[in-house]
Amino acid sequence: MIRTFGFPELLFILDGAKWTVLMSLAAFLFGGLLGLLVALARTSKIRPARFLALCYIQLFQGTPLLIQLFIVYFGLPIIGIRVELWLALITGLSLHASGFLAEIWRGSIQAVPEGQTEAARALGLGYISRMRDVVLPQAFRISLPATVGFMVNLVKGTALAALLGLTELTRAGQLMSNITFEPLKVYATVGLVYFAICLPLTLVSSRLERRLNARG
Amino acid sequence: MNYTFDFTPIFQAWGLLAQGAWATVYISAISMALGLVFGIVLTALRMAPLAPLRAFAIGYIELVRNTPFLVQVFFIYFGMPELGLRLNAMEAAILTMTLNCSAYIAEIVRSGVESIRPGQIEAGKALGLSTPDVYRFIVFRPAIRAVYPSLCSQFVLMMLNTSLVASISAQELTYAAQMIDNRTFRSFEVYFVLGAIYLVLSQLFSVGLSMIGRVYFSYPTK
Repeated sequence: MIRTFGFPELLFILDGAKWTVLMSLAAFLFGGLLGLLVALARTSKIRPARFLALCYIQLFQGTPLLIQLFIVYFGLPIIGIRVELWLALITGLSLHASGFLAEIWRGSIQAVPEGQTEAARALGLGYISRMRDVVLPQAFRISLPATVGFMVNLVKGTALAALLGLTELTRAGQLMSNITFEPLKVYATVGLVYFAICLPLTLVSSRLERRLNARG
Repeated sequence: MNYTFDFTPIFQAWGLLAQGAWATVYISAISMALGLVFGIVLTALRMAPLAPLRAFAIGYIELVRNTPFLVQVFFIYFGMPELGLRLNAMEAAILTMTLNCSAYIAEIVRSGVESIRPGQIEAGKALGLSTPDVYRFIVFRPAIRAVYPSLCSQFVLMMLNTSLVASISAQELTYAAQMIDNRTFRSFEVYFVLGAIYLVLSQLFSVGLSMIGRVYFSYPTK
């Protein structure tokens, strides 16, 4: 029986959005923690650490997210970790996010004037306190527009989970398109749901950017 | 860990991968060129004196930038036939890529155009340049030069994005890899090699694009 695209189908799609939001948040959280470490390594005084962090970032920025997800999904069982699909996807998305966030935060850390670090050192602050109390808070403010902008990319990136078979927003759309034969309506709806999630982030990002520029 | 890696079936199928890589480069190059043209048109609309034109450009740009590329691909490939536009996978891939690219390019080019000071345009006019010449030499070229680095990184991201059109069975690099995967069941090895090929491609793209930039923008700044 062919169903028409009505309220139950819409609810099914909205239910899929749950996964989209959950994966985005988890990937941002874990990716952010890892990304901060990579960003610190990238800006550290230790040469090998800088080099490794550079390779790490290049690796994630130079390959498609889809392939990263495939490699994590097929690679985890090989190193003896058997996990559910959703966990593999969150792992993959988190690694991806860490690479991009590290690069954004590297730029922000380097944008904090050198004098700040020098002054902190002159006051006798050690590395941890210098970073935690002086450099990172300022870098945080500089990085906000780009960080929020990346969150939009991350939300859009979760759509790839559909290609591995997790029923998130896009996959829910695929399923509904297959039973209603109304792909135009279905994908337009799916697109609008993404739009509703992403637009507020985009607006916040550009507002933050304007405010940052205004302060000079 | 009791898994033995076996890369031989993948390297035996190098012909497929080479063909796929060529298709990826081909799709990317065409969509970048078309995307640049449409992107510049969109920028012009975005900064047009007529409000409806500006609203259209803003709406289009935000709609494209705030929805996933994959959904756009499905919308064009599966949805458009309902409106009578029937495309094969390759055409749909190139069309979606172009539409997608143009929105991102428009945003980048706009920030370049905004960096051109009005005095420059006035000076060009005072020197007797025609309006098209003012736009060509004084607005667009310096504007694009100013944003060329971000344009390049956007191009590389777009090339990586082409991996998604494998989902509508457009025959590019990822599609070739999936065929090898289906034949050999060596999933990890296949995608590992695939990742390496994309890494090389993205490095080649950024080197190539910056060389083009150096030649095209090799006139003095000051």
